[in-house]
Amino acid sequence: MAIIILNKINRTRQYFLSFLFVCIIGGICFILSDFIGYRVVAFILLVTVSLIAMFFDILPVLFAALLSALIWDFFFIPPRYTFLVGSAEDTLMLLMYFIIAMLNAVLTNKIRRMEKIARQKEEKANTIKLYNVLFNSLSHELKTPIATIIGATDNLLTDSNKISEDNKYKLISEISIASVRLNEQVENLLNMSRLESGYIRPKLDWCDVNELVYSVVNRLENELKKHSLKVEINENLPLFKLDFGLMEQVLHNLIINAVNYTEPGATITISADCIRNLKGHFEVTANEIKSKRDATINTLILKISDNGIGIPEDEIEHVFDKFYRLKNSKTGGTGLGLSIVKGFVEAHNGTIILSNIEGGGILFTIKIPSETSSLNKQKNE
Amino acid sequence: MNKAEILVIDDEVQMRRLLEITLQSNDFIVNEAATAKEGLIAAASHPPDLIILDLGLPDENGHSVLKKLREWFINPVIILSVQNSEEDIVNALDNGANDYLIKPFRTGELLARIRTALRNTTDKEGNSVLNFNDLEIDLTSRTVKKNNEILKFTSTEYALLSLFAQHEGKVLTHQYLLKQVWGPSYLNESQYLRVYIAQLRKKIEDNPNKPLHLITESGVGYRFVGKE
Repeated sequence: MAIIILNKINRTRQYFLSFLFVCIIGGICFILSDFIGYRVVAFILLVTVSLIAMFFDILPVLFAALLSALIWDFFFIPPRYTFLVGSAEDTLMLLMYFIIAMLNAVLTNKIRRMEKIARQKEEKANTIKLYNVLFNSLSHELKTPIATIIGATDNLLTDSNKISEDNKYKLISEISIASVRLNEQVENLLNMSRLESGYIRPKLDWCDVNELVYSVVNRLENELKKHSLKVEINENLPLFKLDFGLMEQVLHNLIINAVNYTEPGATITISADCIRNLKGHFEVTANEIKSKRDATINTLILKISDNGIGIPEDEIEHVFDKFYRLKNSKTGGTGLGLSIVKGFVEAHNGTIILSNIEGGGILFTIKIPSETSSLNKQKNE
Repeated sequence: MNKAEILVIDDEVQMRRLLEITLQSNDFIVNEAATAKEGLIAAASHPPDLIILDLGLPDENGHSVLKKLREWFINPVIILSVQNSEEDIVNALDNGANDYLIKPFRTGELLARIRTALRNTTDKEGNSVLNFNDLEIDLTSRTVKKNNEILKFTSTEYALLSLFAQHEGKVLTHQYLLKQVWGPSYLNESQYLRVYIAQLRKKIEDNPNKPLHLITESGVGYRFVGKE
């Protein structure tokens, strides 16, 4: 880890630190030069350069090697305080010192580069693994309905006479179900790529939350046939500034999710409320408050819960991950629905959390800070 | 009644075939064009009763085709497109499209929209009393009856409702409604619209949470549905 962190220290600073280290060690040796021989000093300096080589780029290390060689020559090799070298033995020693220091720098650098390549390879392998998971789940999700459609239409086209009217109707129904499913998956994929590309900019406009919730619920009538639905919306809820289309998708995905992960007969509850924020308590859009003084920023709380079997605690943190599917989940679904929900809620500066309910079932809590307007209440009075 | 003629302008041959079968089996006469150029020529040489226009044409943007058509073509134009962004829909409606359907669509829905659009052109000079199942709106005496009982409205509520009633089946954009009912300076005051829609629903719908007359078109506007 230290290597990675120090790698980020910039070049100029590396030169400066190399210079500092060599000088400090040189200085300490100089003070102690009465007690230790100048040849030992060579080794101490060599160790210093090696240490520097472990952390810094090649050029600052070469600089440190050269600098330490000069320091050793000037301050320690007799005659001291000159660059002259007294004996042939010391000349050889200085030459070897220089070569070893340089080799040190080059070799360490090589090792580091190989480490980096190995790391990149590993990262690549991980990405490929993730993509394999994604493609497996995607191709399954897309190809199953396509297979149904092709199979059913082949049947209808080639063996038309042999199939009873009743079975014909069944085959056509299968085609219809498959294409709706295919459409849902493609919709999810398109939404996901919109999110990934950063293309999502919520178009905030005044929304009647009651209208929003029922618009989604009414459209999901078929899907909700086998479940009972409770809608609990605070009657005095003000209007909020939201992107109607994105919030519809959020509710749609959460309701579909509840339908898919509970048994028929389970109850799904949607509730909406408003928390009034204290003034100055809200920081994200502080500038907006200033520009629109008559507007109040409050928090919309949307809760979607079911009374199913709940979710293993250790999987809660993963459910919003892209392509994540619960370990015990049946086939169907790409693991995109909830990550889209999270993306759309966050596009509103909001948060979403998932928790288990005591006694069974799960609860999604969405909090979205928004301007509110109480025009509806005034009108009603 | 004579069979209505419909011109389909769409570059996808499969889509044209599907529409041809669907429309012919519902007693419409179908003409087809695969490009914007062909479509404009076909519309000019033999004006149809209704045009179904795709926005993603190979030779010209559908929005500009719509604008060109609207310079002279007064019959309904229904947009049928994979573009599902609110901007595209609002844009097309503002440029004079009567309706907008997103592909994939339900054929039943398409037929209903075609019939509504054609009906609106045929009984334009008609009664001042409009009948919509349980609702009856008398534009002269400004009275509204639901199941033969007179409902009371504020003047704004009535203005909004009569605007809807005169454009039955057509999507009216937020901007259009605000401009027509409240005036041009209210274009960004959509909170008024939300509040009045909720109030109208409480008065005219059996179940305001499951409206049958005032239908929400997400992010675009509202549609008043009179007859099933």
